[in-house]
Amino acid sequence: MVAYLVKRISAALVTLFLVATLTFFLMFLVPGGPFLAEKAPSAQTLAALEKKYGLDKPVHIQYINYMKRLIQGDFGTSLKLRGREVNDIIATGFPVSARLGAIAVCVAVVVGIFMGSIAALNRGKWIDNFIMVIATLGIAVPGFVLATVLMYYFGVALRILPTLGLNSPQHYILPVIALAFYPTAYISRLIRSSMLDVLGQDYMRTAKAKGLSQYISLFKHALRNAVLPVITYLGPLLAYILTGSFVVEKIFTIPCLGSQFINSMTGRDYPLIMGTTIFLAFLLITMNVVVDIVYKIVDPRIKLK
Amino acid sequence: MTVKNKPSISFHMDVSDFLPAEESEKQSVDIMRESVSFWKGGFQRLVRNKLAMASLTVIILVMILSFIVPAFYPYSYEQQIRGSENLNIMEYSEAELARIEAGEKVFPHILGTDSLGRDMAIRIMMGSRISLLVGIVASAIILFIGSTYGAIAGYFGGKVDLIMMRIVDAIYTIPDILIIILLSVTLKHPLKSLAENVPGFSWIDTVGVGLISIFIVFSLLYWVGMARIVRGQILSLKEQEFVTAAKALGASHTRIIKDHLLTNCIGTLIVTTTLQIPSSIFTESFLSFLGLGVNAPMPSLGSLAAQAIGGMKSYPHRLLAPAIAISLIILSFNLLGDGLRDAFDPRLKN
Repeated sequence: MVAYLVKRISAALVTLFLVATLTFFLMFLVPGGPFLAEKAPSAQTLAALEKKYGLDKPVHIQYINYMKRLIQGDFGTSLKLRGREVNDIIATGFPVSARLGAIAVCVAVVVGIFMGSIAALNRGKWIDNFIMVIATLGIAVPGFVLATVLMYYFGVALRILPTLGLNSPQHYILPVIALAFYPTAYISRLIRSSMLDVLGQDYMRTAKAKGLSQYISLFKHALRNAVLPVITYLGPLLAYILTGSFVVEKIFTIPCLGSQFINSMTGRDYPLIMGTTIFLAFLLITMNVVVDIVYKIVDPRIKLK
Repeated sequence: MTVKNKPSISFHMDVSDFLPAEESEKQSVDIMRESVSFWKGGFQRLVRNKLAMASLTVIILVMILSFIVPAFYPYSYEQQIRGSENLNIMEYSEAELARIEAGEKVFPHILGTDSLGRDMAIRIMMGSRISLLVGIVASAIILFIGSTYGAIAGYFGGKVDLIMMRIVDAIYTIPDILIIILLSVTLKHPLKSLAENVPGFSWIDTVGVGLISIFIVFSLLYWVGMARIVRGQILSLKEQEFVTAAKALGASHTRIIKDHLLTNCIGTLIVTTTLQIPSSIFTESFLSFLGLGVNAPMPSLGSLAAQAIGGMKSYPHRLLAPAIAISLIILSFNLLGDGLRDAFDPRLKN
């Protein structure tokens, strides 16, 4: 177990280092620095600004300086939003994004497992077909399409739900549906097939034969085994929720981490691009390691290697 | 004692059981089906799958609409018609009404026009063309890189395999969407200067910098899945006798990989590539929606949807049309891919 942990964590650190290095050097491919806004500053101001932020030094010196600060957990100062620390921007944006994402993950897992089980237990009946049609559609409709269409019908045409920001619980409804729809569809397909697999196993017949109630045999025997594939899907699910949040935050004008990431890209705000990319990469990589470890703890049949 | 009335269980042998079989008896055994080739069997199974055939029809229709129809269409995707701004579905501008009065024939704006007076129907057709192009070309590149890489790793095995697969694992753990966004932003400028300054690279401008950078980005990151699947297949295939036979006959490594191993996992290759197309289209429309994909004035279904958000209240069809188009394309490719998988490679199902 310890050896496995050490191996996984060191691999994750290497990946993170690669991402940071890649991001840093990609930044230098882009001409047109952050200070070239609508009003171009004079050569002197530009030189002074570059000196202030250390952009006048050779690339490798800048890289070493950046890495030194990064190890101490300092992402530097934003170039566009004058005087704001990148750490500060992440610290204010992340909790909002994380809350939205966490709600969407919970909705997707709970509703997905529920719908998938219903479909499997009623195999071949109309309700199974109905759920599977919805699930197939859910996988084909991109998040931004769903988000905009939801916004049009419920926000603009019917005017029953708010569409801007995240000020009240009602504000969460549309963004959460938009984020959770695809993973819900995916999980219900996953659960349906694994549930059908489990229901045909010998231990289910044993449970029935020894007179367990249907309720107990379903929850204690079938569902516990059928849920395992969902745990492996949690890694991709988190990545999907993260990318989905870029779009959803843009559509519903929620100013937090996802929109900061996209804005920093188009605004060439180097420290903010670096900071958000590395932070999000860190988040995803950590989550993947955690999910892998959880999977191995939950399913003792898998040996830790 | 007669032979006819013998009990059903008997240790006596019946001599008549050992007589040579008659012609009629032989025919009753001879009901073997005509042997069906891999392709024929696969296609028969595919044609029987109604859902997959319906999706194939939709895909062919979309292809005709996006590749052939624009050539004959009276409007072009970048043409801004003065006075015809913000028309609704099937609406004519005053100038166009006057021309109809004068007896001229004016082609209707089936889906209206946008705020710059560009015909929406042709823009959606061109947007679908971009989506299809991205899906098909990116998947072809991924197929080429992934299958070559996976085949080499699987065939040579040992240390080669170990090192090559470590690289795949490393790319696999990189959060792809972050790097894709990063690359699609950063690659455009070097590509642009390459097209303008280096002779022989001007074709980059004709295809479009945005498109090329999307191809590069997808092919850099998405081939790893394909490589893993192909490697797994090659690992078991290379142990089979026909490979030993080919080796004994002196076939080169390239020939064995190309003609013997890869041709034998053609089913897997077709299915994985078809299922790769919708996911490439998905990612491209996502990038374009965020304004990081194909450059204006070239429309993409993603950017068309993004532009429509502002005028959603007055012109909902501008949002719904690209939304429906993109969902339909992705859905059809998904269903066709599932159908192909059931027909050609049922083992891949889980």
